[in-house]
Amino acid sequence: MKILVAVKRVVDYAVKIRVKADGSGIELANVKMSMNPFDEIAVEEAVRIKEKDPATEVVAVSIGTTKSQETLRTALAIGADRAILVETADDTPVEPLAVAKLLRAVVEQEKPDLVVLGKQAIDDDSNQTGQMLAALLGWAQGTFASKVVPEGGAVNVTREVDGGLETVKLTLPAIVTTDLRLNEPRYPSLPNIMKAKKKPLDVKKPADYGVDVAQRLKVLKTTEPPVRKAGVKVADVAELVRRLKTEAGVI
Amino acid sequence: MAILLVADHSNSALGASTGKALTAAKAIGGDVHVLIAGHAAQAAAEAASKLDGVAKVLVADAPHLANGLAEEIAATVVSLAGNYDTIIAPATASGKNVLPRVAALLDVMQISDIIKVVSPDTFERPIYAGNAIQTVQSTEAKKVITVRTAAFAAASEGGSAPIESVSAAPAVGISSFVGAELTKSDRPELTAAKIVISGGRGMGNGENFKTYIEPIATRLGAAMGASRAAVDAGFVPNDLQVGQTGKVVAPELYVAVGISGAIQHLAGMKDSKVIVAINKDAEAPIFQVADYGLVADLFQALPELDAELGKAGL
Repeated sequence: MKILVAVKRVVDYAVKIRVKADGSGIELANVKMSMNPFDEIAVEEAVRIKEKDPATEVVAVSIGTTKSQETLRTALAIGADRAILVETADDTPVEPLAVAKLLRAVVEQEKPDLVVLGKQAIDDDSNQTGQMLAALLGWAQGTFASKVVPEGGAVNVTREVDGGLETVKLTLPAIVTTDLRLNEPRYPSLPNIMKAKKKPLDVKKPADYGVDVAQRLKVLKTTEPPVRKAGVKVADVAELVRRLKTEAGVI
Repeated sequence: MAILLVADHSNSALGASTGKALTAAKAIGGDVHVLIAGHAAQAAAEAASKLDGVAKVLVADAPHLANGLAEEIAATVVSLAGNYDTIIAPATASGKNVLPRVAALLDVMQISDIIKVVSPDTFERPIYAGNAIQTVQSTEAKKVITVRTAAFAAASEGGSAPIESVSAAPAVGISSFVGAELTKSDRPELTAAKIVISGGRGMGNGENFKTYIEPIATRLGAAMGASRAAVDAGFVPNDLQVGQTGKVVAPELYVAVGISGAIQHLAGMKDSKVIVAINKDAEAPIFQVADYGLVADLFQALPELDAELGKAGL
């Protein structure tokens, strides 16, 4: 089996982001960057499938500036075999539709049986790329996965949905996007981090795939959300209930 | 041109989120047609026809549409798309699954999770777990949009739109439904409840949710929620998770118990009208967004709260 895993370099989940005062975006200078947490889960899942079936090859792919090489090295340290960076010229975000088109081109060259992606990136919170890639390829999609079981020419995917869980069976090749409970990604060991430095990493350009990455949505401005003021501390439960009843009027 | 609203439904019932997405659709303007793509979904179609502001309900009925498979629903939506300049759906598990597939098939960049309609082509949406708000303008001929339902009020009832049947697209047949394990509950649905009471890691285990939170939820007619930490620890099922990547709620009253207030949890509840936090750590970040904070051990405070609410006649 061959698995392609897509990873994105984003602001680390623990960073409290700052909105630029001129409304032009988020302050990204000198901010800690990491692999999107859902993508880490995606890499881990692919590597676990490989550990069960050693004939599996795991290829990590990222779309971003040259700095995304670091993110790919992390994927290689977790256990991916090789990596492909589709390098963009600057920090202008590439929209999910363009990312999906680039990934389609990579899929057409690599011919994986399964593509695993994070369900959303924690920067733009779009939650689109996996579904779009499935659409462009005409493949089945198992989004928000909490369990992935390959089985012959198909994969059973248990999905986190609004009312609980549901399981779908997808004909391979197929797309899976990961949710939080799928697995707990490992911390790469030092020897694996060293080994990752020697694994192959190809660098391509969007133009190599003939994909236009121009933005379709115009971001007019980026602002701070309305700030919620801290309220009062109440002394005890009786005061809490009294205030909820008489002051807030919500019970 | 008209707007196609892809309804969230279970065949036998219409999801409350559909009425909220309808409010967003009406703000964009134009005739709104609600699509029920399902199988034997007459009940859902009738519920949709009663929503105020629906011009028409379209029913695509086929066995392969019965279980909401994205491949099948998207194919039917795309087959109807030519008549519409906007395709919209609530950002529920189903809407988030289906609409990006529709968007890519139409070669359109989707606008996810809008919280405000600024004008028919300009919208506000949260990014970075709601720590920034982007105003985006679509330059696409067609727009594909999902709606954060917590940001819009539900449309009222009182309509009587005609119900028309439309053809379902032929089966794609690359996926099949195996089964579902849905949480059974008599409580209101988390994203539709007026009161939500959520527990975090501080609850200690799932049994304590039952012992300490459930009685209060029952008394208040509230939905139960949980932080990611509580779900990850296996205290409660995933469908209770409130947060950036779980459910986003904005009830009249949100009670956070034993929840420290991580950024990603706040993203799911900070638009609630009134927030109450009960936590033994006076420095917990949850107190920075709480209207009423009680620094207390929850295992003492919750039974007291239950008793006080009883005394108050609830």
